[in-house]
Amino acid sequence: MGKKSGQQTFQFANPPMIISTGTVAGPFEGRGPLASEMDVILGDLHNGKTTFEQAERSMLCQACRLALDQASRSTSEVDLFLAGDLLNQIITSSFTALSLGIPYLGLYGACSTAAEGLALGSMLLDGGFCSTVLVATSSHNATAERQYRYPTEYGGQRRPYQQWTVTGAGAALLGYTGQGPRITAATIGKVVDLGCKDPLNLGAAMAPAAADTLYRHFQDTGWNPDSFDLILTGDLGEIGLKLCREELAEKGVHLGENFYDCGLLIYDREKQDVHAGASGCAAMGLVAFGKLYRQLQKGELSRVLLVATGALHSPTSYMQGENIPCIGHAVRIEA
Amino acid sequence: MDLKIYLFAFLVGGAICFICQLILDLTKIPLGHLLTGLTILGGILGGLGLYDPLIKIAGGGATMPIISFGNSLAKGAIAEAERTGVIGVLTGMFELTSTGITAAIIFSFLIALVTKPKG
Repeated sequence: MGKKSGQQTFQFANPPMIISTGTVAGPFEGRGPLASEMDVILGDLHNGKTTFEQAERSMLCQACRLALDQASRSTSEVDLFLAGDLLNQIITSSFTALSLGIPYLGLYGACSTAAEGLALGSMLLDGGFCSTVLVATSSHNATAERQYRYPTEYGGQRRPYQQWTVTGAGAALLGYTGQGPRITAATIGKVVDLGCKDPLNLGAAMAPAAADTLYRHFQDTGWNPDSFDLILTGDLGEIGLKLCREELAEKGVHLGENFYDCGLLIYDREKQDVHAGASGCAAMGLVAFGKLYRQLQKGELSRVLLVATGALHSPTSYMQGENIPCIGHAVRIEA
Repeated sequence: MDLKIYLFAFLVGGAICFICQLILDLTKIPLGHLLTGLTILGGILGGLGLYDPLIKIAGGGATMPIISFGNSLAKGAIAEAERTGVIGVLTGMFELTSTGITAAIIFSFLIALVTKPKG
């Protein structure tokens, strides 16, 4: 053993590489500041399909194919496909697994899926169980908003602190051949619940989970915020990021300018009316597997900590008045 | 015709919307609860006979908000109850509002035929 350090962190003796990535963004995301970093930008939300669910599936499938093509791998050369999304029974991931034909483990970590997949994939690789793992996640504005919030045609007014579900999909191929940044450690979060009940204010609900996992990572590894070029949360949005920063400051961990949120990077918040920022699995999927991956490859960044958070409620649980439990997973990537 | 009704329609309708916007912005009351809350309020005001005078003064400013729907539900039930007894509460409930409800269903159906209602 000896790979576990501290209470919740796993350090990889033989750190796996991110060999290739694939990203597919929706049309609205394609008008944002990261447009040039996306592999494919859809012309419309339907992507030529009859339903939005099929459209989301086609995006995830395409992102996976892009990652495989970039590394010149066929599906038969991949040992495992780890994927998750926001829809009930993670249908996007499972239907994508059907069309890819790769042995599949479905994940549900809500918006923390990107980090959950990277952490789990790295463990499987470092443990010697696999030699190549495909990790993927997706979200779609029209499918997620109606499942978790209101029917889209209802046109419900959005609150100022609300976030906008990203339409997009990201996939990353992990393995030991080729070149790429390495995943050197992962901190698996605990489920945290500080009593938030508002499903429209998920940034605030998830902030304590991000803070808890970050604090744990620093404690377990002895690294500190200055050890990293960038510490990036998934989709805390403006409010959640501020709360997370405050909470860590109370514990004596002071995060500097290198602490930011994927949800604040995807849209031009002056021109695109998304309120508190982006949310959804694809927030981290698009940023981490797009711009961030390229910056690590080019050497513009050398040490990055990703902390993806997920709200683990269901429409049933919050309508029955339950709190919104949240989780955060951290993954350390080094060029 | 008195032009003052236009002014009152603007003021009353605007005031109702303004109050509702404040409720949305300053409280955590969900949209659905606000909607049903206003309908119930309309039913109570209608039952007490307080909403019709407002419609007389403000016209569309009072009939367009959802409160008016609650008012119509109560008025229909009361009128039918007076005619036919207690069972009239049930039969009369949708008497005044059936036009709106039926129109919503039929027009939704027609629109669904020519668009992609997948939201």
